[in-house]
Amino acid sequence: MSINLTATPSGWGQAGRRRRRPALLRHTQRWLRGLLLPVAGVIIWHILTLVQLFPAHLVPPPLLILTDILELAADGALFTHIAVTGWRVVIGFALGAGCATLLAAIAGYSRHARDYLDPSLQALKAVPSLAWVPIFILWFGIFETSKVTLIAVGVFFPVYLNLLSGIDGTDRKLVEVGRINGLGRVDMVRRILLPATLPAYFTGLRAGLALGWMFVIAAELMGASEGLGFLMLDGQMTGRPSIIIAALVLFAIVGKLSDTAITAVSERLLHWRDDNFSLQEREHA
Amino acid sequence: MLEVRNVSKTFGRRQGQQNNALENINLTIDTSEIVSLVGTSGCGKSTLLRIISGLTQPSAGAVRLAGQTVTGPKPPAAMVFQEPRLMPWLSARENIRLALLHQPWRQQERLIDDALAKVGLSKFAAALPKELSGGMAQRVAIARALARKPSVLLLDEPFSALDSFTRQSLQDHLLGLWSALNITMVLVTHDVEEGVVLSDRVVSMQGQPGRIHSISEVTMRRPRRRADSQVQALKETIIDGLDLTASPKVATAEDRR
Ligand SMILES: Nc1ncnc2c1ncn2[C@@H]1O[C@H](COP(=O)(O)OP(=O)(O)OP(=O)(O)O)[C@@H](O)[C@H]1O
Ligand SMILES: [Mg+2]
Repeated sequence: MSINLTATPSGWGQAGRRRRRPALLRHTQRWLRGLLLPVAGVIIWHILTLVQLFPAHLVPPPLLILTDILELAADGALFTHIAVTGWRVVIGFALGAGCATLLAAIAGYSRHARDYLDPSLQALKAVPSLAWVPIFILWFGIFETSKVTLIAVGVFFPVYLNLLSGIDGTDRKLVEVGRINGLGRVDMVRRILLPATLPAYFTGLRAGLALGWMFVIAAELMGASEGLGFLMLDGQMTGRPSIIIAALVLFAIVGKLSDTAITAVSERLLHWRDDNFSLQEREHA
Repeated sequence: MLEVRNVSKTFGRRQGQQNNALENINLTIDTSEIVSLVGTSGCGKSTLLRIISGLTQPSAGAVRLAGQTVTGPKPPAAMVFQEPRLMPWLSARENIRLALLHQPWRQQERLIDDALAKVGLSKFAAALPKELSGGMAQRVAIARALARKPSVLLLDEPFSALDSFTRQSLQDHLLGLWSALNITMVLVTHDVEEGVVLSDRVVSMQGQPGRIHSISEVTMRRPRRRADSQVQALKETIIDGLDLTASPKVATAEDRR
């Protein structure tokens, strides 16, 4: 076999084209791959219920869950539940992440402020967040305020800790470039410090959001008349596991969607990162 | 005029140990003089450059620039670090802008275009650092330092990642800038030949803590060629001198003749 040393430009072009697929197609393919596991799971589950491996009154078939969801959707209750829960998470998240960002920025910016702030916050972190429930109920009642506060507390710590460690971890070498070029305070923050802490910040936001979803359940289980948590409690009281599982599925979907939203924002803002994953993307684009 | 007076630097280490990086460095550099620092790895060349720039304070002694003691980074001094140190989130263009922020926008744009063209990277203005090769990144860093037209230029092994052609053209560019603007230049290099070709004096440092071992005047006319026998001879002298741990001496090109 001879090796062709005079590869024509068109030859190279073909080699390149074979790899290249339209972006939309690649995206759909990814989606489909991600769906494979859940779909397979549902099918297996369906088969297992058909052969009656589990008692039907405890493990309902997938179709029953679907009809339950559709029924809830038909009278509009479904959207109310989702909206109420989602709204609680949004408000709690905004509150918790906002406070965390502010305090971490202050503690990261000034050693002095940190000496006052950080020890107390670290001590509060040691309190399991659910332990706040009784006092919040006493203080804020069983309605929205106590729920949102609980969620905010849950969101606060991952955001605070990640942002602060991001600020501390800012590369001294890059800061020196700012110093030698005489950057003012505003430019230093805007062009160097802020972008440098962004990756850690987003890690914190994602972790915080996950905790937000966790705590909304805790909050709704302690008493609510609407929301996905209430739906689950309702399913338990009325002995309908299909409703509980329907609520679980909805949680998975809504949680995943919110995480996707945050990831999409972070990917846009952090596209400059030179990580292994994005390298592969670039080489196959 | 740049004066380094009795500068010593000690770093604290863990477990209370101390690491003496520099001991009693004295050096006076004229305006419009090019001085090269050569010496074995770890002898404190980068540290000395950082002290001159004001990024680090000496443990003892002082640096004076135009009669004023340097206490922090000052606008007339620009520095190319041993690594490119580009902000990964900024394009080549925006990285260079960091050096020009105090100027009006129009002026910034013009100077950036100029600087990019000088290092041959006009086409890569919009590229992010992750899309640049090592040498390209280093060239952006050089462009960033030169864009501001500084009066003191501190260079820490700026050409070490470059091929000999690019290196040659950037050295020519540097010398052009130097003769046009009367800049003071301090160049750290591991390439003694490069030091001899470019500079008025080659300072060789040695040891831990680092001390100035010898200072060689280079009197040949510019432009100098690497292959020139006088260049080669002086290079040999300096390298031989570094190998010995003899007492400091001053060698000049004339000595060898
Ligand atoms: N930030 C620092 N903290 C502690 N020690 C340091 C620091 N920077 C440098 N040193 C020490 O100072 C000494 C000189 O380091 P320096 O970087 O100046 O060497 P160099 O001559 O530039 O070496 P090279 O040619 O390898 O770049 C070394 O012993 C090093 O361990
Ligand atoms: Mg060095």
